[in-house]
Amino acid sequence: MTKLIKIAARNLFRYRRRTVLTTLLITIGVIAMLLFVSTSGSFKSMMVGQITDSMLGHFQIHKKGYVSSIDSLPLTMNMKPKMYEKAEQFLSERDDIEAWSPRIKFGAMFSNYAETTNIRLNGVDPEKEIATCPELPKRIIAGSSESLVKRGHILVPELIAKGLKVKPGDGIVLVATNRDGSVNGINFIVQGVLEGISGPGGRDGYLHIKDARELLRIEGNEISEIAVRLKQASSLKKTMADLSGTMGVLKNQKGKPAFEIHGWNKLSPFSNIAKMIDLMTLFINIMLVSIVLISVMNVMIMAVYERIREIGTIAAMGTQPDAILKLFISEGLLLGILGAVIGTSLSLIIIFILQQSEITFSFGRQTGLVLYPVIDLPQILIASAMVIVVAALASVQPAWKASKMDPIEALRHV
Amino acid sequence: MALVVAENVVKTYCTGDIEVNAIKGADFKIEPASFVSFVGPSGSGKSTLLNMIGCLDHPSSGKLSVAGTDISTLNRQSSARFRGDNIGFIFQDFNLIPVLTIEENIEYPLLMVQDWPASKRKARINELLEAVDISAQAKKYPHQLSGGQKQRVAVARALATHAKLILADEPTANLDHDTAYRIIDLMKSMRNEYESTFIFSTHDPKIMDAAEIIYTLEDGKLLQQQGGTNHD
Repeated sequence: MTKLIKIAARNLFRYRRRTVLTTLLITIGVIAMLLFVSTSGSFKSMMVGQITDSMLGHFQIHKKGYVSSIDSLPLTMNMKPKMYEKAEQFLSERDDIEAWSPRIKFGAMFSNYAETTNIRLNGVDPEKEIATCPELPKRIIAGSSESLVKRGHILVPELIAKGLKVKPGDGIVLVATNRDGSVNGINFIVQGVLEGISGPGGRDGYLHIKDARELLRIEGNEISEIAVRLKQASSLKKTMADLSGTMGVLKNQKGKPAFEIHGWNKLSPFSNIAKMIDLMTLFINIMLVSIVLISVMNVMIMAVYERIREIGTIAAMGTQPDAILKLFISEGLLLGILGAVIGTSLSLIIIFILQQSEITFSFGRQTGLVLYPVIDLPQILIASAMVIVVAALASVQPAWKASKMDPIEALRHV
Repeated sequence: MALVVAENVVKTYCTGDIEVNAIKGADFKIEPASFVSFVGPSGSGKSTLLNMIGCLDHPSSGKLSVAGTDISTLNRQSSARFRGDNIGFIFQDFNLIPVLTIEENIEYPLLMVQDWPASKRKARINELLEAVDISAQAKKYPHQLSGGQKQRVAVARALATHAKLILADEPTANLDHDTAYRIIDLMKSMRNEYESTFIFSTHDPKIMDAAEIIYTLEDGKLLQQQGGTNHD
């Protein structure tokens, strides 16, 4: 086999220019694929991380039916204290959950005493919220992030802060309608301004959960949702499935499960962008496969055509057809290996340079996002294996033709 | 026992609707360690007959046995194995593998066809390089050699596996006269040294005279057998 590989390598070296061009083509394909996977993957994980770590948590638990009417933030669909207690009980029994944060979500009128606008608000327990969304304090672009949000204070979304020209330390008033229709208003101090991010909840304000209860005149631990953070984000599907099973035993009056559980991907439109990135990765993979398939097949067809007499000679000497088959497949395989190795090496160098360059980009209203491409070993192995296998497969037809050649016809070939 | 036995061997080709009788009932026997030539004009059937003896082609009818094996019973794989074990080839255009050095070309059938161990291969290669007097060229590639040197390598390669039968189709056609005679002399001396049977085809009267037995072919018919005039 070593000798076969040696002969195959020398045959490739014989047609240097063609081998170099084909290897270059495969190399470019591998680089394009790995760079795309690393940059899009880093963009995806950054955006997903931002969404889960500063806004949504990994998944959320609501009362059945809440999510379908989430746009109107209905207080009538809140979980009652007993229901929340049950949910906490289920969550506390699991060791794959790091933290959870109860929230009261509602809409209110926000006034700086001169102008008024609508605002969506989250009433949160600061400690629990930070444990569940540890990146949330980093979104505070002005003011204090101390204990996230203190009693009597509010974190104002960037858009409203700019629109109504409020800044940390300013006084504002929130007016909200409670579930019974009565209206209440309370004065708050602006503690900070929150950077807006893409997706639902990305432009919400925050206040202490006790202040929210006071404003809405809610008694007891009634909440709108529970945001949950997992120890390992990769266990999302399993944990959700397990919890759906265990929590599903609790039924509402209609006999349906009392709770509903939604992963971040069901709550954020970014999941569609993530799907598009995955789809584009698939297309890039298909392109790479096509490049390798066509270029290697072309080279191997040429190689067989140009070496017909040589094939006849080795066949006449007694070389078995399967050895001839292996010889040509080895040549294709070597082309694939060469392209994969060079492509991967160059990709890693380029990725390293991109990491050091700290290129920034904008997404939606977010600016200054740092592009930090990362590629992991399984992705490299998958890309390399794909190239090598496709290169070998592309050689099969020409190699098969060579192995089936009639030695007399081959020796006669001019 | 004769090494090659042909009994009423017929080879018919179909070219479109036309049937071509390339060999029309050939009968002959070739003994081991013979030095035999098939002669005749172009299209007389020399190459067809050599191809059949070389197990590259099958007779349409009749019986052709080589080294005791009826070659018409062999399939593609068995034919390849049989050739690898029993037959060596020398080609008009030398047909050396361009990416291999001279010693690697000689090594090829030992390694890729018969899978000899490295030490035995090395000894055999050195022996043959010396026998055909090209030891100094061992590390060179075919394109660095003259035509005569290439054919010497081809002779060494054909002998490498101790083949009982060496077939050479017009081995001197691409060589000048002096070199051609030297190659025929080399083939004969190799026959003497290794006792392999050499069968070659030629249309050069001076070359054919070097053969001990000459078969003349004309239009697919084996006309006569005669002894050469230039025996050792």
